[in-house]
Amino acid sequence: MNRIYSIYLLLILLLTACSPTTATDVSYPSAESPTTASYPSYPSSTSPRVLTIMTHDSFSASETVIAQFEQENNVKLTFLKSGDTGSALNKAILSKDAPLADVFFGVDNTFLTRALDADIFEPYNSPLLAEIPTQFKLDPQNRALPVDFGDVCINYDKAWFAENNLPLPTSLNDLLKPEYKGLLVVENPATSSPGLAFLLATIDRYGDPGYLDYWKALRANGVVVVDGWETAYYTNFSASSGKGPQPMVVSYASSPAAEVIFASQPLTDAPTASILDGCFRQIEFVGILKGTPNRELAEKFVDFMLSLPFQQDVPLQMFVYPVNPAAQLPEEFLKYAQTAPNPASLSVETIANHREKWIEAWTQTVLR
Amino acid sequence: MKRLLPSLLFLGIFFFLPLARILTLGLNPGSLALLGSSFAPRLAELLRFTFFQAFASTLLTLIAGLPLAFLFARYEFPFKAALRTLTAIPFMLPTVVVAAGFNALLGPRGWFNLGLTALGLPPVQFIGTFRAILAAHVFYNTIIVIRVVGAAWVSLDPRLAQAARSLGASPAQVFLQVTLPLLRPSILAASLLIFLFDFTSYGVILLLGGPQFSTLEVEIYVQAMHMLNLPAAALLSLVQLLCTLAFSVLYSRYVTRLAIPIKPVEQTLQKPKSVLERSFVFLLSSLVVLFFLLPLLALPIRSISRLEAERGQHAQVGPALTTEYYTELFINRRGSIFYVPPIEAARNSLVYAGVTVTFSLLLGFPAALALAHPKRFARWVDPLLMLPLGASAVTLGLGYIITFNRPLPFFIFNAASHVTPGASLLTSPLIIPLAHTTIALPFVIRNLQSAITTIPNHYREAAAVLGANPFRVWWHIDRPILSRAVISASAFAFTVSLGEFGAASLLARPEYPTLPTAIVRFLSQPGGMNYGQAMAMATLLMLLTGLLIWLIERERVAGEL
Repeated sequence: MNRIYSIYLLLILLLTACSPTTATDVSYPSAESPTTASYPSYPSSTSPRVLTIMTHDSFSASETVIAQFEQENNVKLTFLKSGDTGSALNKAILSKDAPLADVFFGVDNTFLTRALDADIFEPYNSPLLAEIPTQFKLDPQNRALPVDFGDVCINYDKAWFAENNLPLPTSLNDLLKPEYKGLLVVENPATSSPGLAFLLATIDRYGDPGYLDYWKALRANGVVVVDGWETAYYTNFSASSGKGPQPMVVSYASSPAAEVIFASQPLTDAPTASILDGCFRQIEFVGILKGTPNRELAEKFVDFMLSLPFQQDVPLQMFVYPVNPAAQLPEEFLKYAQTAPNPASLSVETIANHREKWIEAWTQTVLR
Repeated sequence: MKRLLPSLLFLGIFFFLPLARILTLGLNPGSLALLGSSFAPRLAELLRFTFFQAFASTLLTLIAGLPLAFLFARYEFPFKAALRTLTAIPFMLPTVVVAAGFNALLGPRGWFNLGLTALGLPPVQFIGTFRAILAAHVFYNTIIVIRVVGAAWVSLDPRLAQAARSLGASPAQVFLQVTLPLLRPSILAASLLIFLFDFTSYGVILLLGGPQFSTLEVEIYVQAMHMLNLPAAALLSLVQLLCTLAFSVLYSRYVTRLAIPIKPVEQTLQKPKSVLERSFVFLLSSLVVLFFLLPLLALPIRSISRLEAERGQHAQVGPALTTEYYTELFINRRGSIFYVPPIEAARNSLVYAGVTVTFSLLLGFPAALALAHPKRFARWVDPLLMLPLGASAVTLGLGYIITFNRPLPFFIFNAASHVTPGASLLTSPLIIPLAHTTIALPFVIRNLQSAITTIPNHYREAAAVLGANPFRVWWHIDRPILSRAVISASAFAFTVSLGEFGAASLLARPEYPTLPTAIVRFLSQPGGMNYGQAMAMATLLMLLTGLLIWLIERERVAGEL
């Protein structure tokens, strides 16, 4: 049995080596060990400092843009991807007494109040906030700073509507007409963030409890509900590669641009477009996590996210719009992507206070 | 007791500690009072459906798997290794990929429905029905019956059945009165594993069943991740955990009493002789091909065909063959810092799987030795070792977050410590194989335990009496039997790790993407190129895992001869 014990001891050693204890002095360099080669490097006086950003799975940025920031500030950026928006925020909240990162990016306006109530952010009055329009600045104390926005709208299959000689629906009300029976696929708001956004758009339009009547009518008109965006878009939507049965899907107003950019063959026109009525605007925020030992680096990173190089990188990496109006949009965005003229405007407090109740009532009305 | 210690310590730290932390955080009287009166009937409904679908799926999987286990255990026939490999592939494919395969075959615009429409028949709805959930569960888990029951069937002494036949028993009597009782421990073991997998099913329910179906695990996910309602999620996880524990206790009580050592016989494989046997073998292998190959085939086909017409002009461009999805995988077209080179993703997947196999064998082997001839303590511990299979991945993931966000000595005592962000075990790449090991360990222990039990002691005694030294006894008696079990246990651990997506996605991880995470990443953005690349990556995963299983199979067959 001795051999087993020595192996086990080795295992423990390995683990200990992988989690250097720097409890007393944060800048104390870690001991060399065989496993540190594959492990993010630790701060020391000579090597670049490490700034950790916790974010959701959809976060992306160009190598060149990130490399420029890293060089200018002698810093190494580490990104912790932590699931979808809800999961990532949940993790930030749960780990707040020993934070895993310095900066958190990706809380949106449907979750903002949760993040602020949980008190995970430190306020930061970035000088670049002056360039950002007021409509995006939803936290007066600047604990959460806006970075990008995207409109959740119904996308439709242009070719399908042309082939079937059917006029496009122009409003949420139109969707209840018999000629659109069974043509729309939506996501379950309990498991999907665009699904929740679309539910909120209907609540903004028809009020509470009026939205339930709308959904009852929509259900009677054959609306298809699936778990999430991937299924809705790739399985049910007729214009995607999955070639599904529904020519209308709840997606983003920027999706048509993505269809052109990620086409298998060069396209001269987007195969899809958005119906700009009944849209909900998602705004994403960044914040400095409370208790970070790297406050001034974190501030620099937040400034960087609001500055033009990053803001102009946002559209083609994450398919959302930059909040900085000075940022130039790529050609595909100007041509094929759209923004809603009058997106739904529910306050973050209203959303936070009713979210569960609304989803529960929706579930009872549409799924049961 | 000593032999169980490593496993218990490991599970104590990496399973029970995080679970206890998250449950105590969620379950306090104040927060539970807020759950409201609608919670109890909702819970009852969830439990009803969760049990119902798990029972139905397990039963169907057994019905599908037992004839196949018999086929693979008793007969030698053409393409046997290929077919065995085929049945193992689903087990390690992420649900998104399997759903895409089923959809290409049976979806609203799938091949089957296109065929029906061409014949003038009404299309059949499959995706989004209860049938789809059952079919996917059978598709995933049949391999467990084939492996676990098949292993017992191979070593079942055929002379027992022959003796019964010569004494006048009909084939049905032989099966019901001789074979089945002897196989019962392995059938129960397989059933429990399958039941636990179905009981905690999540992706299949969401993607193939649709939003009108909800299991405990789905509801835990919704409550924890979308409602941020930790008390509700914790209460539901506790219920799920208690159910799992009840099953494991029942199982270990029953099976340890039933474990009959079976005489291993060197060669029991035969070629099908009579017409009846030949048609049985032919029919079953065709069914295997139909059921397992068709949904899988959709992926490689889709990965080399371009269905996208130029819809702008909507000229009718027919499907064309293309290799661009593969070539494109190797190009970082958008210059993203999160671009995943396929080779690197494959390497990460393999390294994680390798570490998982090593850890779970090192921990599982002594535990299996102890459990094979259990004393009182071991018998008590036995069901606890099965718990990781039935625990909610979401809850465990959250438990990891609040436990391992501190460096090693500190998380045990939950001491608040000021650490450099990124210096915790949670953000170490090691955390993923550790999480995988907690899931793989029960498999490995069960596999090894049943093999060790089958080694008859009088073989060793006979060898010793004939003058073999202890090493030679071990080398000639224990090693051949054990090496077979070790290989099949490793295969399980390997596949669990390779296909596991849940835990990997639930942990806050630095950028060491695996093949499943890369596939999911492609599917999260619109565009024909993304879809094609996801299918190409899924095909690579299938080929890679197929190749590895095939190699392991060859090793196993060589060990049998």
